Amino acid sequence: MGDLTRLSAAALAAALAAREVSAVEAVQAHLDRIAAVDGDVHAFLHVASDAALAAAAGIDAQRAGGEPLGPLAGVPIAIKDVLCTYDMPSTAGSRILEGWIPPYDATVVAKLRAAGLIPLGKTNMDEFAMGSSTEHSAYGPTHNPWDLARTPGGSGGGSAAALASFQAPLALGSDTGGSIRQPASVTGTVGVKPTYGAVSRYGAIALASSLDQVGPVTRTMLDAGLLHDVIGGHDPLDSTSLAESWPSMADAARRGAEGGILSGLKVGVVREIAGTGAGFQAGVRTLFEQSIGILAANGAEIIEVSAPSFEYAVAAYYLILPAEASSNLARMDSVRFGLRVQPSDGPMTVERAMSATRGAGFGAEVKRRIILGTYALSAGYYDAYYGSAQKVRTLIQRDFAAAFGVVDVLLSPSSPTTAFQLGSLVDDPLAMYLNDITTIPANLAGIPGASIPIGLAPEDGLPVGLQLLAPARADARLYEVGAAIETLLEDRWGGPLLAQAPALNTAKEA
Amino acid sequence: MSEINADLVRHLAGLARIDLSDAEVASLTSELAVIVDSVAKVVEVATPDVPATSHPLPLLNVFRDDEVRPSLTVEQALSGAPARDGDRFTVAAILDEEV
Repeated sequence: MGDLTRLSAAALAAALAAREVSAVEAVQAHLDRIAAVDGDVHAFLHVASDAALAAAAGIDAQRAGGEPLGPLAGVPIAIKDVLCTYDMPSTAGSRILEGWIPPYDATVVAKLRAAGLIPLGKTNMDEFAMGSSTEHSAYGPTHNPWDLARTPGGSGGGSAAALASFQAPLALGSDTGGSIRQPASVTGTVGVKPTYGAVSRYGAIALASSLDQVGPVTRTMLDAGLLHDVIGGHDPLDSTSLAESWPSMADAARRGAEGGILSGLKVGVVREIAGTGAGFQAGVRTLFEQSIGILAANGAEIIEVSAPSFEYAVAAYYLILPAEASSNLARMDSVRFGLRVQPSDGPMTVERAMSATRGAGFGAEVKRRIILGTYALSAGYYDAYYGSAQKVRTLIQRDFAAAFGVVDVLLSPSSPTTAFQLGSLVDDPLAMYLNDITTIPANLAGIPGASIPIGLAPEDGLPVGLQLLAPARADARLYEVGAAIETLLEDRWGGPLLAQAPALNTAKEA
Repeated sequence: MSEINADLVRHLAGLARIDLSDAEVASLTSELAVIVDSVAKVVEVATPDVPATSHPLPLLNVFRDDEVRPSLTVEQALSGAPARDGDRFTVAAILDEEV
């Protein structure tokens, strides 16, 4: 076989099933790639070389013994460091959890292992998933494989960059306000945020519990569907998990790729986030409009819809998220796990140790959001801030309900701009927050969303993403429509967009 | 304009149990003032007739069966403890009198 790291997860799985390649060979190829390029990209916080090779050997033995295996058995996967893994450190990008090895697996990780996927390691992220650039990681930023001077987005920049630099064929992410979709957009990869509750959150280190959602980070819609089928479904350990049964997302992606589903499809373009407003880069708008044109040429009916409450989404989000985060992160108390720092002087009480620990262990953005959340929840402000933000949430749900009464899917650019330069926004929190204007409404409403690459912006040659949104529980529709658009675009490009990414320096490999 | 000032930031940091340096108080005071002014726009549309939403897809009465099931062992529960004494977490005094 050629370079195994260039295969899609679906193609690699087929080669594994046909015994053209072993799981050990597949894992070794990706470990070699990590060794060659991750010094420059810094997608991984931890690489589990020995455990991955041992697990791969186990899968190979099972296959040789004729045991029934899942469709992705033997395929390597990278795991965002927000997810608990009993055999690897799980830091959520924070100094306060440095070296912490949880005593259990997140449900999604347990499901991966049971399905025979091979964890390669843990990927970098903004601390506790707070950020849009991965620069808020306590362990240094991840670099965008398209241009190492730029960010890979965030918070899941490590997972997206690992996919874009062929260090892993699959990854897991988490999306609280766009942390799967925005990194996918700026790295030319695919990311899906499922319906809230469609994938278990048990063992995902909580940022904002009413917004967080775990989902697939991949290079194709089919790969995302295959992974979604492994991790999705009801989990009794997550009381917000939806109890219903789901159709196969991989089948939905295959249906979409066959073509035909676009004819008569009602596609909504949300006026407020369609790329015409301030803050949207010209090339993003151009490529978005081109994509809409391709859909129309293939029989889709394009309908402009309005969502007037979206104007208030970022404001509501930055009240609800800090409020929930300030409560969730109270468990970083220096008692049961993680860092403990003693106060340098004065009485030695558990409360003062907690304050000293959190002062030393949290980074600037985490402190900012915890204190903002503490303010929003404090007596006298609760109704005005947190209560009002929850009302905006209702208004945004009503906007979506009205839109989905008319259209099947909604489309927008995934992110207002292409990848920005490292350091350019990190000292301007509000500008960083506005990056999520396109993705946040889906989290507030709990609906599923996806980002797929639609081309390179003419002005900077960097990837642009298309966001697809569907009604709650209609995740399969995203896979159908996403795969249909992906197929049309790849036919025009003559292959995947990532084939156009610049080669990384692998000189260290020699 | 918001009423964020250095004293309020120190008070909030105390409530949140986060020690801050004077430099952190200064930068947070200016940053939070800008952020709070921006997010306060939610009050413009949060009229009394709009109900609040706390959870995107409401579920009711999620209970599990009241039965014993596997859980962490004592060793697992203590595996990440910064300090332990036998089967217990070691902590400093809770009260600061006569310490």
